[in-house]
Amino acid sequence: MPLPDVPLPTPNPPPVVVPELKSSPRGMDRRRFLGYVLAAPTLVVAARLAVDTTQPQVAGAAIPSLPEPSDLFDLGDLQDLAASPTSGLISIMVNSNGTASFALPRAEVGQGITTSVGMLIAEEMDLPLSDVVVTLADARPELVFNQLTGGSNTTRSLYQPVRIAAATARARLLSTAAAKWGVPVSSLTTRNGVITSSTGKTATYGSLATASAASQPSSLSVELKPASEFTLIGTSQNRVDALASVTGTKVFAMDLEVPNALPTMVCRPPTINGTVRSVANLNAVKNMPGITDVVTISTGVAVRGATFGQCIDAVDALAVTWGPGTEDTQSDATVLAELKKAELPLLAPPLNLLASTVEGDFTFYFRSNSPLETNCAIADVRANRAEIWSSLKSPIIAQQTIAEKLGLPQSAVTVHVMTGGGSFGRHLFFDAASEAAEISQKLGKPVKLMWHRTDDFRHGRTHPMATSRIRASFAAGNVLTFEQRHTSVSTDFTHGFGEMISSQLAELPFGNLGYAETIFELTQNVPYNFGITSQLLNEVDMGFHTGSMRNIYSPDVCTALELIVDQIAKGMSMDPYKFRRQFLKDARSQAVLDKAAQVGDWGRNMPAGTAQGIAFHAEYKGVCAALVEIDCTPQTVNRVVAEACTGPRVTKVVFVVDVGLPVNPRGLEAQMLGGIMDGIAQTLTSSLHFANGIPLEGSWDNYFYTRQWNVPPEVNVIVMPPTTGQPGGAGEFGVAASMAAVACAYARATGTIPTSFPINHNGPLGFTPTPVIPPLPESPTDGLSNTF
Amino acid sequence: MSTHTFKVNGQTVSVDVEDDVRLLWVLRDLLGIHGPKYGCGLDVCRACTSHINGRAFTPCSVPVSDIKPTDEVTTIEGLPATVGKPLHPMQEAWLSLDVPQCGYCQPGQIMAAVALVKEVQSKGRSITEADLDGIRNICRCGTYPRIREAIVAGEKDM
Ligand code: FES
Ligand code: FES
Repeated sequence: MPLPDVPLPTPNPPPVVVPELKSSPRGMDRRRFLGYVLAAPTLVVAARLAVDTTQPQVAGAAIPSLPEPSDLFDLGDLQDLAASPTSGLISIMVNSNGTASFALPRAEVGQGITTSVGMLIAEEMDLPLSDVVVTLADARPELVFNQLTGGSNTTRSLYQPVRIAAATARARLLSTAAAKWGVPVSSLTTRNGVITSSTGKTATYGSLATASAASQPSSLSVELKPASEFTLIGTSQNRVDALASVTGTKVFAMDLEVPNALPTMVCRPPTINGTVRSVANLNAVKNMPGITDVVTISTGVAVRGATFGQCIDAVDALAVTWGPGTEDTQSDATVLAELKKAELPLLAPPLNLLASTVEGDFTFYFRSNSPLETNCAIADVRANRAEIWSSLKSPIIAQQTIAEKLGLPQSAVTVHVMTGGGSFGRHLFFDAASEAAEISQKLGKPVKLMWHRTDDFRHGRTHPMATSRIRASFAAGNVLTFEQRHTSVSTDFTHGFGEMISSQLAELPFGNLGYAETIFELTQNVPYNFGITSQLLNEVDMGFHTGSMRNIYSPDVCTALELIVDQIAKGMSMDPYKFRRQFLKDARSQAVLDKAAQVGDWGRNMPAGTAQGIAFHAEYKGVCAALVEIDCTPQTVNRVVAEACTGPRVTKVVFVVDVGLPVNPRGLEAQMLGGIMDGIAQTLTSSLHFANGIPLEGSWDNYFYTRQWNVPPEVNVIVMPPTTGQPGGAGEFGVAASMAAVACAYARATGTIPTSFPINHNGPLGFTPTPVIPPLPESPTDGLSNTF
Repeated sequence: MSTHTFKVNGQTVSVDVEDDVRLLWVLRDLLGIHGPKYGCGLDVCRACTSHINGRAFTPCSVPVSDIKPTDEVTTIEGLPATVGKPLHPMQEAWLSLDVPQCGYCQPGQIMAAVALVKEVQSKGRSITEADLDGIRNICRCGTYPRIREAIVAGEKDM
């Protein structure tokens, strides 16, 4: 249920004195926060965001490295900082049926934030979780940078303000009850949405909701429940949307019934960014069964019809003459050559008489960030207004850009954020929403636009191809230098991150870097005491559709780094685990590594062709370690599954994660499971082969994301108890250490250090590519002969 | 264009549409049954998995004219009714293990799991690791380990 429009609080709202609160059972000496009661027919409360940073503790070991920027101030801090001046109003409404509603200014794409944010509200209000209704807010331009879902930042940025708003609601309800009964607030207790007085009087929150409403906005000083009194935060809760998911009633964009929004698809060019020169048979295609409209647009030729099946047929029937794309002469090898040319020099001398040197040179191929739900959006564009429905992580930028494209004022474009069928970085962009708006405007009709799977791989966004070069030197039991040069096809940050960073550049400690380099600095670090360390990014600007994929740089940077860490350890004749333990910077890092080694039985005897690998990663104010076992024996590698990529199999994963404060350990575990599956895929099987202007992959039997036959039979995720008391990031956190540990295990099992990823990329192509003209493979017709 | 009549989730339906339109689009676009999801239209991702006469199939790869008037199509929406309960035991297992993430693949996963368990039960045995390895349904969120656990748990109550 959406929240009603509520007036903003005035800059200096008149203070409301609630003296009773001073003697509240929550104690007097804690920090107090300002919450707002907004003018509305029922109780509506709000709070602003605040910035907090934590400093890492530095443990003594080896040659300490200076703290890196990302140790002290990371991307999440920047997001918090950028959000704080505008974070006005995240508001909670208390309804007369006793529920609390919150329109979350973020996108739920599977990461479980509607559940974890609901838990924060339930905890602070003393309300059952089932009585908290979290919906996704429409684009709210006044929130500026505070409606961007990315960087695993949601729980981190909302942890405090959501609780302040919830505490304000509870305080207001308490003072209403106290006034009603003529008793002090201190004599009241709250539990399960009911207020009870010392004499046994009770009132539900619902019964007090209207009486607690304000006709004037006001502010209220509240304090937050101390962690020691948490009964919900930190406990494992099932997802609030799980029932809808398992019954098929969860509503995604393509499940919406918007009147007259008929299925629409686009015929796309044979190479990326190709353009339409002419269409020979537009009218003939318009007369195909079910088809209502055919129109040329900036990205191809759109068809609209009664069913998507008929749209697929129409797309394939179109006779289009295409102009060239932007990357028609590019293939994997030419892109790699461009990257090699752009690599920044390593500064330490390669040969050093006083120290030993190890070097590595790694390549990471393009990877598709396509979720299972393809790009899709509904658009209804009229003469003077437009309405859009899509899963959008940056809805404000989407609204601005689409309004500009349509020639409408931003306020005339309503953008509804739909729950997404996965994202992995894809929904930071609004390619489908923008395209749907263009088609709807051209046709003057509503459209339900869906990308075909094949297009989603070929024309959808991809994690940029990159190389990583490392040189490290060591002597006398110490690592003296560690240099890493990451060179990447440029990542598109024009979805809001870029703007957010530009707005904050002056505030940042590293001078005049561009925003890609800034993000690199804010996210990358060498977590070991390796003497003089330097990690630099250089980007090659090309015409690819890029984006992040469950993180931007970390999985690749960490994999290269951890493979070299194993080499340094070997050079120093040390065990990979003991070496890491000795050189990690702090006790919290050592604790997750120790736990992984202990639970995973590090060092146990493994048969030939199999091995363990261990890796560590720190990011998002959290630390994690992965221990994996891999089977690279010929009988496993050569096992045959029809239309599938088999190869080495990870047989066991132990993943230990410390996010500071796990709000919902079960949800956190789920995110780590997903990260592990991604890490396995990125090391072993999944990539796009870019050839003559377009990726060859066109289905999930070409793009080898982890499938059940690749899944480790044994996966154990261990969530560490709270350490910092502040929740860190989760959504992207599991990938880097998993990917690195699989690579390290593979190197140890085979005796060959992998240098390009995924390891099968340069082997024989595991599938037959479907044609690019016509662009869409026909749906099979033999489904009834494959039943089981 | 011709009229196609068959049963979906216990109801007889009739639709006027060309013979070659795949059943997935008839269900989703014409009948408004949205449980089966589109993930490829190529019989690959299995997000659309439903049952025909109790056996798993992918409606994206079946022309509607292949469906006979006597055929019973069951989508996730009709699964509980096949056991006469508010939820099928496999859905219960899914809930207790909190399997879904984004949820997009999950209707197909559950429909495939139910058919798989029935198939092995008809052979007089229970689910093996090899059976689980053979499941083709994609989950891009990577819920695979919990899916494996849930199938073994759900099997016990089937
Ligand atoms: S949509 Fe039917 S198998 Fe993918
Ligand atoms: S839960 Fe998202 S694809 Fe499976």
